[in-house]
Amino acid sequence: MKYVAGVDVGSTQTKAVILDENRRIVARALVDMETSMTTVADDAFRAALAQAGIGEADVLYVAGTGYGRYNVTFGREQVTEITCHARGAVTLFPNTRTVIDIGGQDTKAIRVAPDGRVEDFTMNDKCAAGTGRFLGAASYALEMPLSDLGALALKSTNPVRITTTCTVFAESEIISHLAKGNLPEDVLMGVHRAIASRCASLAQRVGVVAEVTFTGGVSRNIAMVKLLEEELGVPLNVSPEAHFCGALGAALFAHDRAFAAEQTEEPAARAAAGGA
Amino acid sequence: MTIAMSQATPADHPAGDADSFDPRAEGQRLIKDWYASLETANERGAPVANIFVMGNAIEILRAFDFELVFPEINSLQTGVRKTSEEYIRLSEDYGMSPDVCSYVKADVGLMLKKGEHPAGRIPRASLAVASNMCNTFVKWAEIWERWLKIPAFVLDLPGQRAAGWEVRPGDPQHMADSRWIEAQYRDLIDKCEAVTGRKLDLDRLAEVEERTNTMVRHWNNVMELNRHCPAPYNAMLDGLTFIGIMNVYRGAPEGVEYMRRLEEHLRAKVARGEGRVSDERFRLLFSGTPCYVSMRRLVELFEAWGGVFAYSDYLTFAAGGLDATDILYDTARPIESLAEVTALAAHRGLSHQFFAHERLAQQIKDYSADGVVFHGIKSCRFVSSGMADTREFITRRLDIPTLYIESDLIDPRYWSDAQIKNRVDAFFEALQQRGGPKRKHPHQGIGRPE
Repeated sequence: MKYVAGVDVGSTQTKAVILDENRRIVARALVDMETSMTTVADDAFRAALAQAGIGEADVLYVAGTGYGRYNVTFGREQVTEITCHARGAVTLFPNTRTVIDIGGQDTKAIRVAPDGRVEDFTMNDKCAAGTGRFLGAASYALEMPLSDLGALALKSTNPVRITTTCTVFAESEIISHLAKGNLPEDVLMGVHRAIASRCASLAQRVGVVAEVTFTGGVSRNIAMVKLLEEELGVPLNVSPEAHFCGALGAALFAHDRAFAAEQTEEPAARAAAGGA
Repeated sequence: MTIAMSQATPADHPAGDADSFDPRAEGQRLIKDWYASLETANERGAPVANIFVMGNAIEILRAFDFELVFPEINSLQTGVRKTSEEYIRLSEDYGMSPDVCSYVKADVGLMLKKGEHPAGRIPRASLAVASNMCNTFVKWAEIWERWLKIPAFVLDLPGQRAAGWEVRPGDPQHMADSRWIEAQYRDLIDKCEAVTGRKLDLDRLAEVEERTNTMVRHWNNVMELNRHCPAPYNAMLDGLTFIGIMNVYRGAPEGVEYMRRLEEHLRAKVARGEGRVSDERFRLLFSGTPCYVSMRRLVELFEAWGGVFAYSDYLTFAAGGLDATDILYDTARPIESLAEVTALAAHRGLSHQFFAHERLAQQIKDYSADGVVFHGIKSCRFVSSGMADTREFITRRLDIPTLYIESDLIDPRYWSDAQIKNRVDAFFEALQQRGGPKRKHPHQGIGRPE
C-alpha cells in the first residue's frame, strides 16, 4: 500500500493527514506552533507517520498548505489553505457550497462549486478580530483553556456587548467587564457573538449558499457553531475532521498527483471521516 | 469621433528606431529631466504651478510656460523610491491622522522637509490649481494656500450623479457644464496673466492642445495594442511609466515623441509575437489604484503564475479621462473645447464610477481577460467604495473570477506580503481549477508552476 500526505502549517497549530491509495484517512497529527515552522511541519508529519505505522518511503507525495506551506520542505507542492479547505469540505460533505473556516488568525468564507473548486473567497484583512485569536485573548483573560470556552458561554443568560473591534483591546474590555461584576459566561458569550457577527458579515460578502460547512479549529467550539447557525439562518455541517480539513484537502491534491490515473469520487475519505 | 488604429501610426521614421527604444529607461530619463528642471525653476524665475493629475487645465498653464509640479506624482515617487514612510511619519508626528490620504501626508512631509524630495528639490509654486475631482484636492490646496502662501484656484467641475444617466458629448447638460467650466477657465487665464505678466497666446494654446491630441491618439493605440496575446506590456508596471509621461509631459513635444516611439516599439513587439512575460498563461484586468511602494512585488506575484495585467482602469482614471476616443480638442476653439473636454473627463471620472461594471464587462471581452483583480486602498475609500458591487457583478453575473486585495498607494505599513501572496496564489489555483489557461502549458498541477 502506498500513501500520500497533507501538512497544514497554520499560525497557531500544524496539522498533518495521511491518506491511503483509497483516500482513506489512516493518520492525523496536531502539533502546536514552535519557533521554527520547518521543524513543526516535520514534527507533525513524523507524528502522523508514527500513528499510521509507516515509513517516509511509503509516502509517495506530500503537499503543504497554510501560511507556512513553503516550510514543508519535504513537500512537493504547495497549495493555499483556501483551496485546500474547499476541497476538504466538499469531500467531507459533498453538498457543500459555502465553507467557513475560522483559524488562529484568519477567517475565510469560500464559495465552492459542486466539484470542489473555489468560485470566490473573502478573508479578514489586516486585523485578527473575528478570528480564533479573539478567543485566545478571552482564554488568557479568563485563565481558562480554549476548549472550555464554548460550553461555558452557552450557560450565559445575560450576555454583555463586546464593543471593541480590536483583538488586543478585547482583553482589557473583558477584564473591565469582569471587574464590573459581569459573570464569565456572559462575557464569553459577548466575545463569541462579536466573532460570529464579523464572520457572518464576511460570509455574506461571498453569498451564503447551503450547505454551509464549518472548518478550522474554532469549529470545535459548540457556542460558535450555534451562534453562526443563528446568524446565517442555516444549519452548519461540522465534521470531527473539521480541524484537519486543510491538511485533508492538501492530502487529496497530493493524491491527485500521485495517482493521476484514478480520478474518481472520494467515498473512502468521507466514510472514514464520518461525514455526510 | 472614433480614432482608427492607423491614424497615429508612425510612418516616416528610421527603421530600427522601435528596437532601440527602451520605454522604461526613456521614461525614467524624462522624469529625471523634469525634476532637474523643477530644481532650478525658482532660480530662473520661471512661473511654477502646483496641479493635480485630474481636472488640471495643463494646456492653459503650459501655454504660459509654467513649470508644472504634480504633488501626487511627488508623493508616488517617494513610494517608488521606498522613502514614503519617512515623509508620511513626519506628517503624522505633526498631527495628521493615520486615516488621511497617504499622498497628502507625504506631501505635508515634503513641506515639513522644505521641499527636499528624493528626486530633487521641489520649487515653491506661484499658483496652485485644484479641482473637486477628488474631495481631498480642495483641502489639500488649502494647506498649500496657508502654509506656502500660494494663491489657490479651485475649479468646480460638475459631476452629474443622476442614477442611470451617462454624459454624451454635446448633450444639453454637457454643454451647460462646459460653459460653466469655460467661465472659470477665463478667470484662471486672468490669474495666469497676472502671475506671469503675459497675455495668453491663443495660437500657443492651440499648439499645446494639438500635441495633446497626438499623444491621446498614440495613447489609445498603445492601450489597444495590449489586446494582442501575448500582451506586449504589463499595464500595472510598464503602464505606470507610460501614464507618468502622459501626465507630466502632456502637451509637450517630449511627450509626443515618447508616445510616438512607444507605440512604434510596441507595434514591433506585437509583430514579433513578443510578450511582457515569456509564458503568458493568464490575462488579467486590474481595477483600482496601484500600490506604488510594492507594485513591482505585486506584479512579480502575478507574473510568477504567468499572469499579466493586460489593462487597468487606472490608466483611464489617472489619465483624467483623456484616454477615451471621443475626447480630443478642437483647436479652432481652444478655450471652449478645453472646457468641453474637461467637462467630459470630469463626468467620466466622477459619474462613471456608477458604470464601472459595464466598462469592465466590455474590457474583459476587449482584452480577453481570464480574471479581474480589485485593489482597495486605505488612503481612499471613495475610489474603493464601489468595488464590492462591481466584483459581485463580475463574479456572479459574468462568471469571471475576481480577486480583492487591499493595501495602500504608498504607505508600506499596509502592505502585508504573506496575506497578499496567499490571496494571489489562491486566485490562480481557482483559475487553474477552472481548466487553467486557454493556452497549453506543461504544468498540470494545482500549485504554482516551478
